[in-house]
Amino acid sequence: MHEWALAEALISTVIQVSKKEGLRKIFEIEVRIGELQDIDLEIFKFALIQLRPDYLKDAEFKFKIVKTKLKCRICGHEWSPRKDELDESVREAIHFIPEITHAYLRCPRCGSIDFDIIEGRGVWLEYVRGK
Amino acid sequence: MKSSSKWGNDVVNDKLKDVRLSVIDERIRDVKNVIAVSSGKGGVGKSLVASALSLSLARRGYGVGLFDLDLTSPSTHIILDVKDAQPIEDRGIVPPKIHGISYMSITYYSRDKPTPLRGRDFSNALIELMAITRWGTLDFLIIDMPPGISDATLDIIGLIKRSKFLIITTPSKLAFETVKKLIKLLSDLHIEIIGIIENMKIKESDFIKVNADKLGVKYLGEVNFDENLEDALGDVDKFSNTEFFKRIDGIVEELLKALAFEAQ
Repeated sequence: MHEWALAEALISTVIQVSKKEGLRKIFEIEVRIGELQDIDLEIFKFALIQLRPDYLKDAEFKFKIVKTKLKCRICGHEWSPRKDELDESVREAIHFIPEITHAYLRCPRCGSIDFDIIEGRGVWLEYVRGK
Repeated sequence: MKSSSKWGNDVVNDKLKDVRLSVIDERIRDVKNVIAVSSGKGGVGKSLVASALSLSLARRGYGVGLFDLDLTSPSTHIILDVKDAQPIEDRGIVPPKIHGISYMSITYYSRDKPTPLRGRDFSNALIELMAITRWGTLDFLIIDMPPGISDATLDIIGLIKRSKFLIITTPSKLAFETVKKLIKLLSDLHIEIIGIIENMKIKESDFIKVNADKLGVKYLGEVNFDENLEDALGDVDKFSNTEFFKRIDGIVEELLKALAFEAQ
């Protein structure tokens, strides 16, 4: 499962941050997840619990899902594609590599393939709270 | 960064971090050599060399991975006739074995659709693939690079600091002019250059060898233009019998020596 790879990446980042900041106990971890990643939160949470070291065992994970926002570089139109517009295989491809949107989506106003992903991709550690 | 909160003297790290970057080293921890097959110019035969090199090493018994990083114009899947293979999902993705090579390409996901990627998108796609792909234990990870010294080269140098570059050129002064810039960039950044292969040679000339020597880069050998190569693309048995493949297979000996890697 792809969620496991991202959970491993998150735990690894939290360990790096807490070492750097000298934190021995972590209370709260907030994670920003791009909607395009199409992460199954239940699997992601389960993976985090399985992978976390002891000093993270009381930490609460908070998740903030960031809606996808695309902007056409030709006509300037901004839009958020709806998940149900995409077929299952395309959603799965985007789930693995969000930039694959450039292979499957077009600007709904002018039809251009030249657009930016303004928001809605990636998994970001927002903050770690601990002492 | 100190901050008061409901826990008193807590520490809050408020710098947003891209979590993917923390696992890239881990994903290639058990890969002994990372070789970026690169050139300053397109059309010099990087993908063909990367494919032949991977096949040759795999047939010698080495553990080999091939990562097609030419994300907008991938072609190794055609050379190796990858067809319907798909990565396995197992705590990330595990590349399928194609002719004994662990093979990874964006084409598993983009299929035959054009995938235009600007610089930032290219970097993000590369980081995503590096973060989720489990290569396992390999002697060699061969990276088929896109041409030039833009995003892919800078990203690979930044993300995989122990990458070694294998440079491909044609006998053309035009190709070598761009290769010189690549060599200068890599040298300035203290990146190891394994050597240079002169591909598509059509007449006797020592121009590339003399200039490689001047730049202090090992000349690994020349490969004559092979007019039968085109007909062998997509048929690995035919490809393995081309003069092109046989010559690369010979150069692999030089490459292994250059890497001080004992033949198995």
